[in-house]
Amino acid sequence: MSASLERGLNLWREVLDTPSASFFMSCVHCGLCADACLFYTETGDPQYTPIRKLEPFRRLWRQEYTLLGKLAAKLGLSRPLTDETLAEWSPLIYDSCTLCGRCSLACPVGNDLAYLIRKAREGMAVAGHAPQGLIDATRRTIESGSPMGVRPAAFMTQVRKQSEASGVSIPVDQTGADYLVIMSSMEIIGFPEYLGALARIFRQAGISWTVSSEAYEATNSGIQIGVSDLAREIVMRIVNAAEKLQVKTVIGPECGHAFTALRWEGPNLIGRPYPFAVVHVLELLDQLRTDGKLHTTGQDDTPLTFHDPCQIVRRGGVVDPPRRLLNQVASDFREMEDAGVANWCCGGGGGVGANSRADALRFTAFKRKKSQWDATGARTLVTACANCRNIIEEGLEHYHLDLQVIGLTELVASRLTPPANETETAAS
Amino acid sequence: MAPPLTFLDYIDQHGVSRRAFLKFCAAAASSLALPTGAAAEIAARLGNMHRPSVIWLSFQECTGCTESLTRSFAPTVENLMFNFLSLDYHHTLQAAAGTAAEAAKATAMRENAGRYLVVVEGAVPRRDGGVYSTIAGRTNLDTLAEAAQHAAAVIAVGSCAAFGGIPNASPNPTGAVAVHDLVRDKPVVNVPGCPPIPVAITGVVAHYLTFNRLPELDHLGRPRAFYGNTIHDRCYRRPFYDQGKFAKSFDDEGARRGWCLYELGCKGPVTYNSCATLKWNDGTSFPIESGHGCLGCSEPHFWDAGGFYRPLSTPTRPVAMAAAAAVGAGAAAGAAMVLHNRRRKRRAKQDHQPATVNDLEKK
Amino acid sequence: MDAMTFLLWTRGPGLQIALALFLLGFVLRLFELFSLGRPPDLAVPRPGYRRGGWRTLAARSLPAGTFARQAYVTYGLSYLFHFGLFFSLLFFAPHILLFREIIGISWPALPNAWINAWALLAIAALLLMLVQRLIHPVKRLLSTTHDYFAWALTFAPLLTGYLAFQHALLPYTWMLGIHILSAELLLACLPFTKLIHFATLFVARWYNGDIAGRKGVAS
Repeated sequence: MSASLERGLNLWREVLDTPSASFFMSCVHCGLCADACLFYTETGDPQYTPIRKLEPFRRLWRQEYTLLGKLAAKLGLSRPLTDETLAEWSPLIYDSCTLCGRCSLACPVGNDLAYLIRKAREGMAVAGHAPQGLIDATRRTIESGSPMGVRPAAFMTQVRKQSEASGVSIPVDQTGADYLVIMSSMEIIGFPEYLGALARIFRQAGISWTVSSEAYEATNSGIQIGVSDLAREIVMRIVNAAEKLQVKTVIGPECGHAFTALRWEGPNLIGRPYPFAVVHVLELLDQLRTDGKLHTTGQDDTPLTFHDPCQIVRRGGVVDPPRRLLNQVASDFREMEDAGVANWCCGGGGGVGANSRADALRFTAFKRKKSQWDATGARTLVTACANCRNIIEEGLEHYHLDLQVIGLTELVASRLTPPANETETAAS
Repeated sequence: MAPPLTFLDYIDQHGVSRRAFLKFCAAAASSLALPTGAAAEIAARLGNMHRPSVIWLSFQECTGCTESLTRSFAPTVENLMFNFLSLDYHHTLQAAAGTAAEAAKATAMRENAGRYLVVVEGAVPRRDGGVYSTIAGRTNLDTLAEAAQHAAAVIAVGSCAAFGGIPNASPNPTGAVAVHDLVRDKPVVNVPGCPPIPVAITGVVAHYLTFNRLPELDHLGRPRAFYGNTIHDRCYRRPFYDQGKFAKSFDDEGARRGWCLYELGCKGPVTYNSCATLKWNDGTSFPIESGHGCLGCSEPHFWDAGGFYRPLSTPTRPVAMAAAAAVGAGAAAGAAMVLHNRRRKRRAKQDHQPATVNDLEKK
Repeated sequence: MDAMTFLLWTRGPGLQIALALFLLGFVLRLFELFSLGRPPDLAVPRPGYRRGGWRTLAARSLPAGTFARQAYVTYGLSYLFHFGLFFSLLFFAPHILLFREIIGISWPALPNAWINAWALLAIAALLLMLVQRLIHPVKRLLSTTHDYFAWALTFAPLLTGYLAFQHALLPYTWMLGIHILSAELLLACLPFTKLIHFATLFVARWYNGDIAGRKGVAS
């Protein structure tokens, strides 16, 4: 069974619902969504207006689910949707949208455009119009377990290395642990210190936790490409491992779409609630802080600012924890303009980073984050999503900028009060 | 036989001086909005005028227009002028009756052929051959046709003659129509009102007698001099309208303060007449000044304009039934769409083949 | 046809037809909207999530900081127009009498001078919005015949209403009849145009707020 236009349109028919219809009915073509989207503001190209990206999807809704639309179609007064149309719209739906949801905040009639784009990708993908880079990443995830090809052995190697580096033995496949830690491939390959940092924090707080040798991949390429069938398969791996290990809570790592996939979409993908809870690592760290179990010494006095990962803050609801944590460990934390729920996207989430067709556009869009950062005067940027981190680092390289990006968990861990015996060792 | 009396002789006989006469002519010229020289011209012509023949036809009417015209508290020149007319046929005012009256009419029409004026009071029924109003065994249709044939002009006095008025009101069982619907080949002037202001009638007659033509008319055939402005445009309560001060019910605080009567159904804004300026009973008052909204009686269909006490912005027909039917129809169409959409979605779900990675690329 | 006959038609059958078409279309579209349903959300919502939809329903009417600053012309003109429309439609005494007749309730009116000023602002705003729609690249790309038709449908009653109130341009009876007819055209066509957003925006905002509220975000 291969991709086809009819499969795509059929999927569109299936996913259209009342919220979607209310959005299409309410849109008045005011264009305010464009002013909220960094792909428009940094290029000035009106084709990147969010609601415009949804035009074929809207036409399908109108032609199939409204009386007037049906009549118009029957009378030959409306343009039928063709494969060419979908092909033409593929860059708009995949290259110029990260599902960041800023447009959804801006729309005066309340349209959640990111919600619509997510659904639109369902049809586009099975019609064969997803970008190749994303298809490849999804294939690797399905076939090897990770979009970047990280196999279990590679993961276990990192676990061992981080155990050594942190001086904490990292539990593996411990049935009955309270928490299951999963990671994104980007962290495993690029920022494995995250695991070591967690190990030290959890030791200090006395957390019972484990990793799973079978399910360590949090990234869900299925969500990004917009194929729920595949997203379901990917998320089930984590669900199965969590249920097998009988953990109480799964911790979402510093990866935006992983959190969206597991915390918010997962139960709906698999059709049932989880028997375990899901928290984001920042939520857990903030809880430890509140409970007095996060002991840090001193503060970093480097001027630093924070980039809000879209899927964690605006679309994930983890808004205040990063700030509270930063205020504990940093003395010169400066919020950038529009910080918080209305912050601007790094430009590389939602599959855009894996889509080489979108590179040029992504680097142009990055100018927004750059200018936000510049205005703070800080040379260091903290974030809590490995993909954002990678995208920002690639952006800095593109613009030849010598600035530093660090992860929040790592930063917190770097300020951890050493345990008693370690202090003596350090002193001696 | 004595030489025919001129109008000047006539008023002189009734004790009206030439000076008073000239003042009247100036006033008439002014109220007709004629240029300054016109006063002298009116004086010259009127002064030398011989008694014109007027045939007054009464059809579906209440005689209110005649009553209005003849109601006068002091002898006025208009009044005298009216008396000067040779009113050769008028049901209410004539002395004769029956065949004698009909004979007098026929004689006047014959002797003054081409010069007499026809005044019509009342509407004319058309249904069933016009049997619903007959005089001397003849339908009004016939009577009007005969009179108009050799008339110089026809003056339709009152809203019934001008527009059909009350007989014409829904459901119009007699098929009543206005004069202008029947008389096509003679000049017709409408002097509407229920009744018209007396000077509107006499002003038209005066103008015709003086200049031998009817005054400037608006698109509904009404003399612009008297029907050029709406009541609203000249109403002394207009400032209250502009300020948004309305009486809400009769004898409430607003009513007692003389506020605008829009909410009590005043049709002033759409009614063209002189009530607000000339008023009634020699300038005593007019409905609004007495605290009652204008009925719009000089306009077509005033009786069917949605109700005298219903404001202008309200519907003239009930909407509840239409609304209920529409909601029902919308729900029916909507239910059909619900069935259709649900079915379509269900089918789409059934046709859904779970996607594999290989499905993402076209073969 | 004379002015009075025309006016009486608009106040009589015209209104019946327009109101019927409006209600038929509106009910139909509501059925269309809700027919598609919404699958239940099985993810555990954050505390206070029940407020989310209602909060956004109201809050989206307020100018939203950074978004308003980014597009202040659009925001400004839209507020001017909507307030002007709101005041002149709902608080002008003759209109309130009409509503009382149709739906049975009434409320106090605002002074005519206030209505006059706001109607003028609304008209000016609409004209500027048309200009903006024609020259702003985003709006120009998005706009179709439908948008301009909806603009005309909205502009006509405002303009003709203002002219009627001022007794300008045409004799009042004609002007009033044309104004009422233009409002009836707007009513009849409304459910099938984007102008239905006057009602559906509450649904859209509610869903937006609900989706975000379940995640603990006040959208």
